[in-house]
Amino acid sequence: MNLEYTPGQRAFRAEVRAWLAAHVPKAPLASFDTREGFEEHRAWERTLDAAGYSMVSWPRDYGGRGADLLEWLIFEEEYYRADAPGRVNQNGIFLLGPTLMEYGTPEQRARYLPRMASGEEVWAQGWSEPNAGSDMAAIQATALRDGACYVLRGQKTWASRGAFAHWMFGLFRSDPASERHQGLSFLLVPLDAPGVTVRPIEKLDGKAAFAEVFFDDARVPVENRLGEEGAGWQVAMSTAGFERGLMLRSPARFQRTAQKLVELYRSHAERCEPALRRDVIGCWTAAEAYALETYRTVSRLLAGGRIGFEASLNKIFWSELDLRMHETALEILGWRAELRPEAPAAGDAGEWLDGFLFALAGPIYAGTNEIQRNVIAERILGLPRG
Amino acid sequence: MEFGFDADQTLLQSALREFLAAECTPERVRSIWASDGGHSPELWARLAEVGLPGVSVPEAHGGLGLDELGSVLLFEETGRAALPEPLVATAAVAAPLLVELGGEPAERWLGPIARGEAIAVVGDGLSPLVGHAGIADLLLLPDGDDLHALTPERVERTPQPADDPGRRLASVAFAPGPATRVARGDRGRALREAALDRGALASAAEALGAADRLIEVAAAYACQRRQFGQPIGRFQAVKHMLAGAKVKLEYARPAVHRAAWSVARAAPQRSLHVSMAKLLACEAAGLAARTALQVHGAIGYTWEQDLHLWMRRAWSLEMSWGRSAFHRSRVGEVILAGGARIGPGETFAAPAGSEES
Repeated sequence: MNLEYTPGQRAFRAEVRAWLAAHVPKAPLASFDTREGFEEHRAWERTLDAAGYSMVSWPRDYGGRGADLLEWLIFEEEYYRADAPGRVNQNGIFLLGPTLMEYGTPEQRARYLPRMASGEEVWAQGWSEPNAGSDMAAIQATALRDGACYVLRGQKTWASRGAFAHWMFGLFRSDPASERHQGLSFLLVPLDAPGVTVRPIEKLDGKAAFAEVFFDDARVPVENRLGEEGAGWQVAMSTAGFERGLMLRSPARFQRTAQKLVELYRSHAERCEPALRRDVIGCWTAAEAYALETYRTVSRLLAGGRIGFEASLNKIFWSELDLRMHETALEILGWRAELRPEAPAAGDAGEWLDGFLFALAGPIYAGTNEIQRNVIAERILGLPRG
Repeated sequence: MEFGFDADQTLLQSALREFLAAECTPERVRSIWASDGGHSPELWARLAEVGLPGVSVPEAHGGLGLDELGSVLLFEETGRAALPEPLVATAAVAAPLLVELGGEPAERWLGPIARGEAIAVVGDGLSPLVGHAGIADLLLLPDGDDLHALTPERVERTPQPADDPGRRLASVAFAPGPATRVARGDRGRALREAALDRGALASAAEALGAADRLIEVAAAYACQRRQFGQPIGRFQAVKHMLAGAKVKLEYARPAVHRAAWSVARAAPQRSLHVSMAKLLACEAAGLAARTALQVHGAIGYTWEQDLHLWMRRAWSLEMSWGRSAFHRSRVGEVILAGGARIGPGETFAAPAGSEES
């Protein structure tokens, strides 16, 4: 064990910190769940990419810097420390990107990764269907082979930023006689293809960036398949592992929230009941625990280990922590807690309300926490399945 | 930056696990609980054969000479075995304290401790009770900022029966004087604070082990116990409780390991790290105990079932070396102070003044 950064890691941090200080927009961008904010965030992705900071852990050939996972963690720490904009293409860069590295052909990687890193092509996920939520293996949307194409029929739903995204990756049943986890294929689908209809859905926050997507004989070339035909479930599980695990929710995000929570408490401390002090300390401690566990995991991966079922522990921990931090903040805010950001008296309350509404989704997306608890119980603790 | 243990450390841990599985069985724990002094000289002698009482005694005095990072995994194992002996007090706290004190007390006591011939206990300065005081050959007790080294004839011990029969408590009265005083003032306070950090760290490690064992025992029971025609472990209500306990445990573990690093390196923020570790590990052990009891149902509520060997250990570890409220407040004093360096990038930050930015 050695818990000190190397001179090279410290230099990398200093370099990232200096660049972000010079480039992070001074005023916050509009929400990336609005059309205007979506484009503002894409412009920011271009700026990041031009400097080689979009995906530092990717190989240089695909627009990255070949940084290792520890440097990626350092980058994330600096990114959140600088309050830099949210990553509009997070489903692409953090989820599909690593899956393409693992399962993509050289041609697929060259075709998709650079345009993903630059924000030119923003990706949405296509997992859920009206009758396949927690039970994802109940997928019904089909992709039937017709010569050099798959013909897509059916519906996907709950696609974050699907209303504005350019592409969708998802699972389709390529063998119509198959059941459950068999006969599924992982496809990359352009959302402007004929036969694809995108219908926005307003989320709990009233923004219509969420979407359901209908496929009526949309044709997708066979080379848009990731991995073998019929082996889509395995490819998707790799993506889902990244999402629950390391990439999508790096600890810096929650440490920044915890730090802001401490600042909020300090500015209201004189009228807070003692229980809130206890909650704030608990939140900060949990955010640090999450960071420590992530460093441990990254060290293990760098030594040749792989992320397995423990990704489910991770997903429960960060989603519950995020919610608890926002609930605590709303308690501290007292009567202002229900004010929208535009309310004249809101002050900083509006951000916490928005954050709370977003945090409520955490225990649901990327596999509900109940599904994760089943995974932990069955795969880690050895309880009987079913 | 490398957050993990090397092969030697994990090998030593698994060797100790096997050793304790044979030497510190639930039957053995029960017989020690039932004994007059709450102590087995035979088991203590066996522990000394593998070097445990002298784990942090320098090799020159016959010990293993490991620092806190080298011993933290071993205390996870003693917690897993619900070892009732005064190992935390003697090996994790008293021995390093004697090393820091140096001089006559160190020369006199370190060898016997390493050989398993002397038991030393330390007062935590927070509670008037001293664990394992009744069987101690040496008591290191604070009086204000002063620290006194006392042999049994100089103290009056009043047993205070408590919930965990594996950790006998006593209130201890003594007449402090120049003859018993081994440190005073700032030095005495620094020694007491270092002892508290070491005791809390080792207790946190033991709590991890106890939590792990509780979850393991409860999961095994859930696989075996059948109701409604199937193992109760097939019910999601049971699965989800156990999964929750597992989450809590796995996010406490790295905090304990980091605290071990910080204490071993005398890092400036070691007390903060120890308090976080103790808080998280004891929360995890408390939840594991509560969950394991609920999974067992009425059978877990009996004296005959072994479950309470680890439950009582989990509870008494929370009581030892600063309760959760104390450690929470120590964390709060640091992070809620103005100008505290917290937030992303500060987790492993070097102290102010030693960094470029």
